[in-house]
Amino acid sequence: MEKNNTSLKFNHIYFSYQDDAQTLKDVSFEVEKGEYVCLIGHNGSGKSTIARLMIGLLSPKKGDIEIFGEKLSEDNVVSLRKKVGIVFQNPDNQFIGATVRDDIAFGLENECVEEERMEVLVDEYAKKVGMYEFLDKEPSSLSGGQKQRVAIAGTLVRNPSILILDEATSMLDPKGKREIIDLIHKTKQENPDLTIISITHDIEEAYSASKVIVISSGEIIASGQPKDVFTSQEKLEELELDLPFFLKLKKELSNRGIEINDVSSIEELKRQLC
Amino acid sequence: MLGKFTSVNYVYGKEGTALASSALSDINLTIDDHVFLALVGETGSGKSTLVQHLNGLLLPTSGTVQVSHYLLKTEKKKKYYIDLDKEQGKHPKRKQFKVKDLRKFAGLVFQFPEYQLFEETVLKDVMFGPLNFGMEEKKAEAIAKAALKLVGIGESYYSRSPFELSGGEKRRVAIAGIIALEPKVLVLDEPTAGLDPKGEKEMMELFDKIYQSGKSIILVSHNMDLVLKYAHEVCVMNKGKLLKVSSPLEIFQDEEFLSSTAIEPPLVFKTALELKKAGLDLNLDNIKDIPSLAEEIRKAKKND
Ligand SMILES: Nc1ncnc2c1ncn2[C@@H]1O[C@H](COP(=O)(O)OP(=O)(O)OP(=O)(O)O)[C@@H](O)[C@H]1O
Ligand SMILES: Nc1ncnc2c1ncn2[C@@H]1O[C@H](COP(=O)(O)OP(=O)(O)O)[C@@H](O)[C@H]1O
Ligand SMILES: [Mg+2]
Ligand SMILES: [Mg+2]
Repeated sequence: MEKNNTSLKFNHIYFSYQDDAQTLKDVSFEVEKGEYVCLIGHNGSGKSTIARLMIGLLSPKKGDIEIFGEKLSEDNVVSLRKKVGIVFQNPDNQFIGATVRDDIAFGLENECVEEERMEVLVDEYAKKVGMYEFLDKEPSSLSGGQKQRVAIAGTLVRNPSILILDEATSMLDPKGKREIIDLIHKTKQENPDLTIISITHDIEEAYSASKVIVISSGEIIASGQPKDVFTSQEKLEELELDLPFFLKLKKELSNRGIEINDVSSIEELKRQLC
Repeated sequence: MLGKFTSVNYVYGKEGTALASSALSDINLTIDDHVFLALVGETGSGKSTLVQHLNGLLLPTSGTVQVSHYLLKTEKKKKYYIDLDKEQGKHPKRKQFKVKDLRKFAGLVFQFPEYQLFEETVLKDVMFGPLNFGMEEKKAEAIAKAALKLVGIGESYYSRSPFELSGGEKRRVAIAGIIALEPKVLVLDEPTAGLDPKGEKEMMELFDKIYQSGKSIILVSHNMDLVLKYAHEVCVMNKGKLLKVSSPLEIFQDEEFLSSTAIEPPLVFKTALELKKAGLDLNLDNIKDIPSLAEEIRKAKKND
């Protein structure tokens, strides 16, 4: 029997774009409802490919994918996709409408939301991402970070059960990035069952997730709670992945003969050093 | 002097129509020779618009932009490309320069690599620039291969389509394409967005090496760690205006100023500031990254 709190499952997935190169090799993992999972790994390791498989944009060569216990297939991809929202790495791949308003509304049209309700929702989500004044602009005329904000609004407005973010905040300024991350956390508080899968190079974000999965050359080479994954030093160094700030500082201090306990904030650090 | 913006305004869309929107207002900026300059600011503040003036991709709606001896301006809707080194003859045609020359002088890497890639294969894409500037095939190929190597793209990628690469791989190829031009000024619009941490570090070291070799770097970035570590000067933009030009040290210490912007000091600098406030005698001048912070803490502890 399938555990009914599983939202997404990859069973021994193999994938290649061309016959000669294996892009994904035997990728298996399971994500529970309400988890916040970060997928990390080098450029070209296969993260976006995994995301495309999740929404049925690509199909595996071998293995199967389950969404809420249902095997993803040609027959149910359209209905299952309604439960999954994705923000692409390049927001240009997301835009179809002539205006920002059309774009945010696009996902809703497919879901037969009444027109009046739709207008209210579009306004609400445009405000949430700080793009309300831009509703009548052409998406192509936006700055990079503005495009990312619109793409996020267009996905959140559909109220997905699984939210996939593929480097969705890579072009936001520090404050904007924090605001968007706060918005996502708030959305999750309102809907604790929301599953988030975030592909990121931001090691601090990965450290705050409930689970991290590390991909290298198309294989999962580590997964688990961030604390465990990031403290298995050898593996990380072998991968040349970054460490979160306070862990790195602790290590650099230790190299200089100053030993401190684990800290996670400047306040804690102050207490130990000053 | 490398460049100068004088009372530059830029408006997207036809002026006077509903589509018109101002992206730069009254920018005045002098860029010295041999700089490592960072441009920071909120999304939509005009950074990309500003840097596209540096290679003549955009011309100011009003005001003038000078890059080296190339002067750009618009008057009565006509665009002027004036070579200040050419004799100031009566016939305006004689003072014109080819925008292509400016493109080679100031090489711009776009915020989205997709805007830059267009050839069938990765190698052809990187060779395009050198070939376009009249280099012979063999030499262009050698330069392209060297540039690809510098950005971490190996031989197995040469014959692949640039459109069928991962986001970070596209970014690397786009950067290689500009490096292969060997411009005097490398203008980089968020060049490390999408790169993995190791790639980001290597890419910044590469840019720094190019800077050390006598070229200038103009970098747009939201990553304040990079700005602190590499930039010598920072321009802060806000809503189309240039708010401040100063050293990273000065800007990141000015809490009052920062609170009016979307900029925050990097965590490493914030930590140093807080520790200093709490009584640890750190020299903020030396704080560039985590190892230098640890080193300053060690020194301060020793003197305690
Ligand atoms: N459309 C495509 N056709 C052929 N190969 C592709 C295509 N897209 C990606 N690849 C290749 O598949 C591999 C995995 O790519 P993917 O986009 O999944 O990487 P990623 O982990 O998301 O990388 P990044 O961090 O750079 O975004 C890479 O080697 C890439 O070159
Ligand atoms: N092609 C365009 N057409 C119309 N408006 C644009 C265009 N490109 C950018 N803009 C607008 O100009 C302003 C500045 O954009 P940009 O220079 O890209 O900002 P930044 O790079 O600082 O994020 C933004 O408000 C943006 O929406
Ligand atoms: Mg990717
Ligand atoms: Mg920009």
